[in-house]
Amino acid sequence: MPNQGREAAIVGIHEYPSRDVEGRVSPLQIKADSAARALEDAGLSWSDVDAIYDAGEGGGMAGLNIAEYFGLKPNVIDTTNVGGSSYEYHAAHARRDIAAGKARVALLTYGSTAHSNVQRIGAGGRIGGVHPADNMESFTGMTLIANYAMVARRHMFDYGTTPAQLAEIPVATRYHAMRNPEAVKAMEDLEFLDIRETSIDDVLGSRMIADPLHLLECCMISDGGGAVVIASPEVARDCAKPPVWILGTGEATKYPENGGDITSSAAVQSGPQAFGEAGVTPRELDIAMIYDSFSITVLSLLEDLGFCAKGEGGAWVEGGRLRFDQAGGPALNTDGGGLSSNHPGMRGIFLLIEAARQLRGESTAQVPDAKLAVAHGNGGMLGTRHCAGTVILGRD
Amino acid sequence: MNDRTPSRPLPMIDELDTAEFWRKTKDKVLGYQHCDDCGTIVFYPRQHCTGCTGSNLTWQAASGEGSIYSFSIIRQSYHPFFRAQVPFAVAWIDLAEGPRILSNIIGVEDPATLSIGQPVKVVWEEHEELNIPLFEPI
Repeated sequence: MPNQGREAAIVGIHEYPSRDVEGRVSPLQIKADSAARALEDAGLSWSDVDAIYDAGEGGGMAGLNIAEYFGLKPNVIDTTNVGGSSYEYHAAHARRDIAAGKARVALLTYGSTAHSNVQRIGAGGRIGGVHPADNMESFTGMTLIANYAMVARRHMFDYGTTPAQLAEIPVATRYHAMRNPEAVKAMEDLEFLDIRETSIDDVLGSRMIADPLHLLECCMISDGGGAVVIASPEVARDCAKPPVWILGTGEATKYPENGGDITSSAAVQSGPQAFGEAGVTPRELDIAMIYDSFSITVLSLLEDLGFCAKGEGGAWVEGGRLRFDQAGGPALNTDGGGLSSNHPGMRGIFLLIEAARQLRGESTAQVPDAKLAVAHGNGGMLGTRHCAGTVILGRD
Repeated sequence: MNDRTPSRPLPMIDELDTAEFWRKTKDKVLGYQHCDDCGTIVFYPRQHCTGCTGSNLTWQAASGEGSIYSFSIIRQSYHPFFRAQVPFAVAWIDLAEGPRILSNIIGVEDPATLSIGQPVKVVWEEHEELNIPLFEPI
């Protein structure tokens, strides 16, 4: 079965280098520039693209808008928007569309000027919505960070997870960020104070934003974007870079339920789909690209994906386990993640990009001979309603 | 309170699914829906049952007592009203009858003394067209 798990591959990637465009570049321009660079990376051109995947952050009527802007007439248009997990869904759908023979070359793009717009993604409220759920919740002033903080609080209560264990996550991602020149530049441009590797005490000593989450457990708000090109095996064979195969995918939702358990996420449902399809287990993975909006997001998702049992994540991450140069692995967010490299609002595309870099041997925190990676996007809010997208990636 | 003082963002009284819930708050009733066909408790309110394909939902009045499922203390907010309230507690509360509601815990000097499982009861913050269900420790 030479084609099993070899239906589509990431063949081109690009991460837009600037995290602070000072209002001089638009989201659409970031998308177009990233698309061109990713196509070049693959050895392809605009004319090769026959499928477009777009979360609509460039403006209304997403599929039409972006096709015209790029100057493309694709046969497949997919405008799934599930927040930060959109790009894992796009990768899953691209693989499905390619496997079905509907497309040969799929283009995924993302662009955001959240920092330039002074969007307050984290500490702003969800005010004034007309969705019935919003109409029941917006009077509380719950911030996005508090939403996640309530998961952390409950996790601590149910499983004895400690603040120091949660701090392992941002310490690991900063360790990786300090090896990534673009991440260091990002922190400089966004005027982080005292840019260096951090300790658990640094994290616990930083300001409390929403108990029990400290400042250094919260992702940055940057500008940025990127692009990913996914192609059929026939196209991938002739591309400039080695293919990074999409071996399995999973999708799921989660929302508040009476009597529900907020310490578990939708990854409980999307993970087994993806791992089952890929025919691999979490234990075999070298790289874990896990949406790090906050420390608790990663801890919950690692458990939900099956790296360890529910509730054991705190002890499991201790001792710097998630660092790229530690045995036992997996290596977490080796680009520096949303915590220390790049978070323009929906960072799911960077999970795919860095996973592909690792499997090509191009990361600035390279795991020797990395063969298998997971990219898991969490879109929406961990403590209330969110979507999960899991993508298992592997190289030849 | 003059017009320039930021005020709590209030629900829209005419949102079609939740209007009845908010109308009941005027009489300080904390309502939730029960499916008479399958027994499912539906909350937030909707027109259809999420447990079966029926829509035989009746309104029940909750006692207003419950316990804290989880909470956070917000120390930073950019909202014009809530920025003046920090630090304040937001919490998921499991009502005795089953519904889980998001609200604020008030009436505690130091919100850091709150704990998961702590019993709480509803207290009403009065407004013109509706009342807001907040909670305080029992």
